[in-house]
Order: sequence, then structure tokens, then C-alpha cells
Amino acid sequence: MILTKIIKKLALATLSCAMIGATQAAENVGFVYVSPIGDAGWTYQHDLGRLQLEKETGVTTSFVENVAEGPDAERVIREMAKRGDKVIFATSFGFMNYALKVSKSFPKTAFVHATGYKLGKNMGLVNARFYEGRYLTGVIAGEMTKSNVLGYVAAFPIPEVLQGINAFIQGARSVNPKAELRVIWVNSWFDPGKERQAALTLLSQNSDVITHHTDSTAVVQAAEDQGKYAFGYHSDMSKYGPKAHLTAATHHWGDYYVNTVKAVQAGNWKPGSVWGGYAEGMVKLAPLNKAIPGELQDRIRKMEAQLKAGTLHPFAGPVVDQSGKTVVAAGQNMTDDQLNQMNYYLQGVVSKIPN
Amino acid sequence: MDTLSAILFATIVAGTPLIIVALGQLIAEKSGVLNLGAEGMMAMGAIAGFAITHHSGSPWLGVLAGMAAGALMSFLFAIVVLTLMGNQVATGLALSILGVGLSAFIGKPYESEILPTIGPIRIPLLADIPIIGDPLFNQQALVYLSWLLFAAIAWFLYRSRPGLVLRALGESPTSAHSIGYPVIRIRYLATLFGGAMAGVGGAFLSVFYTPLWVEGMVAGRGWIAIALVVFATWRPLRVIVGAYLFGGVMVAQLFVQGSGLGVNIPSQFLSALPYLATIIVLVIISRDQNTVRLNAPVSLGQPYRPEA
Repeated sequence: MILTKIIKKLALATLSCAMIGATQAAENVGFVYVSPIGDAGWTYQHDLGRLQLEKETGVTTSFVENVAEGPDAERVIREMAKRGDKVIFATSFGFMNYALKVSKSFPKTAFVHATGYKLGKNMGLVNARFYEGRYLTGVIAGEMTKSNVLGYVAAFPIPEVLQGINAFIQGARSVNPKAELRVIWVNSWFDPGKERQAALTLLSQNSDVITHHTDSTAVVQAAEDQGKYAFGYHSDMSKYGPKAHLTAATHHWGDYYVNTVKAVQAGNWKPGSVWGGYAEGMVKLAPLNKAIPGELQDRIRKMEAQLKAGTLHPFAGPVVDQSGKTVVAAGQNMTDDQLNQMNYYLQGVVSKIPN
Repeated sequence: MDTLSAILFATIVAGTPLIIVALGQLIAEKSGVLNLGAEGMMAMGAIAGFAITHHSGSPWLGVLAGMAAGALMSFLFAIVVLTLMGNQVATGLALSILGVGLSAFIGKPYESEILPTIGPIRIPLLADIPIIGDPLFNQQALVYLSWLLFAAIAWFLYRSRPGLVLRALGESPTSAHSIGYPVIRIRYLATLFGGAMAGVGGAFLSVFYTPLWVEGMVAGRGWIAIALVVFATWRPLRVIVGAYLFGGVMVAQLFVQGSGLGVNIPSQFLSALPYLATIIVLVIISRDQNTVRLNAPVSLGQPYRPEA
């Protein structure tokens, strides 16, 4: 029995050692991550931002990784606030209510929540216009496909994921009206086995350029094995598929973190909602693969400049949904409200949306 | 490869880790030991297999390492529940948590590494049979091994004397002890075998199936394997049927989604379908109360202290 207890304690210790290790010293900017940092992916990109923040402002930071989106999150956030962190970044949707709750008990601390929708008196919001990067990958896909069938492995049908899918097909059809997109929902953010299986399924059903909105690199690796093309997401995933990886739609939080912390230090920070894209440097493409013809590379570079300047909008009208209904009239752009409530596929997606 | 053949192919690949792990658990459970730590043992097998394959370049050394890691984990478990008479359910759960956490800790440096994909082994002539040739006879080596494992276990349990002893032990350790069988030692062996197979199943995932290592990559397959053994009422053939059924329905629903046919079924339902279908089918084939009672090891989960 004693040994049972020891083993249980050991198990608990392995679970929590990351937390203890990271939170011992008192520092002044705290980061809460939903998953391990790893080598690519959502949390990895946030951590790059954290490192940039340390380098550019000289503040000390600390982080807790692998925090479940539940009561644990509140405990971690409260702990950071209690020990005196000046700014706390909660980087996952499910931390929203916990961060908000803790922010009320610590009015002097600045809280920032990523990808949510609840603003507080001292809690700001940040999100990135991932769909801008998706649009560009769509353009590349539309030009590179030979079968005119594209594939997409997706996690859950929430607006953020649908924005990506729809921007991808909009981009593809802007250069190749024959392109169609097939979507497979795996109903999991993270299951490399299933993601790979879904990718192989798409590839065996004629797709020759695929991408994903899940958290592992399995889709890129599957495309590499099959000699087809793929795009990474979140991070540059080229080392997982040097031939297959055309580019990746990546996120960059560093500048935002630096600006926020500087504003807090200067005493003029106001909790607001930031939804940044190319213009703010929060969305970028990873280096383009040599397989992309030079002419197309030039066009992509031009479109990047247009996105930066705000003259190109991925959902510029006319935007037509799958059923043929016009959702954005010619001459207009989709509004942020419409983007946030997206719950349909656009023309060109041949799968049916799960409802 | 046409669609049917592609679905079959993917089904067999998806079912293989479940078969290997579940058959190992079946042997342990037949001896009366319930080890709920399969998820953790698989995770340890996955990282050990990945790390050794990465350093040695040999996937077979990797599989052996996975086997050793799984066996080592189950050895820990066996000490607690067999020698120290700990509670099997609680210890198994702890082992699961320990394995998942420890594998993440050990695996940190390997997260950025990749392994070359290992090609299938083609069996001449047989692989040329239309439709089923490719899925059945142009597969990863471990797929063939899982069939051999099945044959060996079926023979062992129902045709060999040691198998009979093992089953008797699971029914009544007291009787087995009283006619002179070393109950604890046999249970140790059965538990180690279960752990070793869980390790192989984990190594299959990280070395053959998706050649990568990331924390949490086992993604619940250990639990599915444990459930399979129960729903298959401790019969090896039903374990295979259940594993392929589970894999098959999962793969088929992906194909339906990817076909672009526009079948209007919520994908959440499609994702739940493999679980539903497997449970329903296995419950139907095992509906006879008497056979369930005959096959379920009576002493499952109960500690046994041999009288002097």
C-alpha cells in the first residue's frame, strides 16, 4: 500500500512538476498555455512571442504550460496575480471565464485573454486574423493543384475554423474557379493518428493539396509520404515535410506582447479588443517552397503587401455561400460581426457542414 | 487503389495497435489481473520506441525498446498489486497517469525529431489478389505480427496446458494454489506480457503509424483496448473483430466525409459511431449470459494472498 501511495504521488508530481518549476520565482509577466510548448503549434507561437518580449523589454516572464481549460486555469492565473505579476496573458479560448473572474479580484493587474469575446475592466482581448494567411495559402493551392480537389482536416466547426476553410477556398477559387474543397472533421484538436488517417483519406480521394486546422504535424507528414503538397498551420512545419510543405499560415504575438507590456509600464494601457492581421504583423506566411513558381511567389508577395495596406480583403464581395446565397454583396467587405458568426461554407466546399 | 481497398487497408492499420494491446491485456486479465494502465504503458512504449529508433536507426530495436518499456511499467504495477496487494483499479489508474506524464517528460527532446516512414512488406502473389490483396498482404510487418500474435494466443489459451493453467488461475487462484501452481509468479508473467504488448502497441503508433513523437499521442487508444477486452468477453477472435470494426467504422466515416458526397450527418455523430458500432456489435455477439460468465475471469481484479 505504501508503494501504491508513492506511485500515486509520483504520478501527481510528474503532472505538476512543470507548474512548480515554472512558477517559483516572482516575476512580472505571466503566460498561461493550454498545451505543452513543443516544437510547433499554437502554444509554441505564443512562446516565441514571450521570448521576444523578454528580449525587447528586458522584463522577466514565466509561464505554465499544459493548463487544462477548467478550474485548474483559475488556480494558475490566481497564483500569478497573487505573487504580483503585472501582466498576465491567458492564451486559450477556454481560459476566458477564469481569467475574467480572477481579473475582478486583482484590479491593478492587467489581464489579456486570447481568442475570446469577454472584455473586463482590466482584461483586454487579442486575436489574430488567421484567415488572411489562409487566403494566401488558398491562392497557392488553387494554382498548384492538378486534380482541382483540395483537402482540409479540421477540428471543430466553430467560426474561427470556418473562417480558415472559407478563406482557403475563396483564395483558391480566385485563381482557379474549378477548385473544390473537401473537409474532414476529426472532432479533436489533437490526435495525430486520426489526423494522419484523415489526411491519407483525402489524398486517396483525389486531393493533391491539403492543409489542416488541428494541432499536430501529422497532416504535413502524410502529404510528404504520399508525394503530395500541404500547408502548415500555426508554425513553419517545413522540416516535417521538406518537399510537401509549400508554406504555412503562421501567427506572431511578439509585437503585440511588447506593445501591451510597454503600455502597462507607461501607465497608459487600456483594456481593448485587438484583432490583428497582416497589417499588425500578427499573421505571416512561412518561407515559400521552391516548388512554387517564381511568378506565383511574386504575386503572393504583392498580395501580402495589399493585405498589409488593407486594399485586399479575403472576403470581399461578392461572397456566395454553398447554397448559392450571396452573403456579401459586390463592392462590400465582410464585417467583423459577420466573420465572428460564420457558420456556413462558401461556394466551392463540397462537403456538408456538420450541424 | 480503389476506395474499398483503401478503406480496408486503413482499417487494418488503425485496428492493429488495438489488437496488440488488447490481446496483451486479455492474457493479463485471464490470469485475474486487471491493469487499467494500458494508456500509460502505451505512451511509454511510444516514446521508448521512438527514441531508440531515432538513435539506432532500426525500427525493430525500437519495437523491442517499446516492449521493454511497457514491461517495465507493468513490472512496477505488478510489484504493487501482486506483492504488496495494492488495489488494482487505483494502481492501474495511477500507472496510466504516471506513464502519460513520464513519457511527456522523457520525450521533450524528441518532439522536433522525425523518423523516416517505413514501407510495407509485400507478400508476392497474395498481394495481387484484387481488392483484398493490397490491404491484407501489402502491410507493415507489425500487422502480420498481430495476426501471428492472435494465432499464438488462441492456441495458447485453448489448446495448451499452460494456457489451461492460466485460465484456471483466473477462475480460482485458491484452487490453483492448492494443487501446487505458483499463482503469484504466473500472474507476474501474465502482467508483464500485457505490459510488453501495450509497449509494442505504443511503439507501433510512434514508429510505424504516425512516425512522430508528441505528448499525448496515444490519445485514448489504451482505454479503447481495455474496453475492447471486456466487450469481447475475453475471447481473442472477438477482440480482433471488435478492433477492426472500430478501425473500420472510424476510417469509413472519414471516407464518407472526404468523398464530397455531401452526406448530411453531423460529424460529431460520425466520430461517435466507431464506439457505438463496436459496443452494439460486441454486445450482440456476446449477449448469451452463460458464455459471458464462462469467459469472464472470476477473480479479475481481486488480490490473492497465498496461504502458507
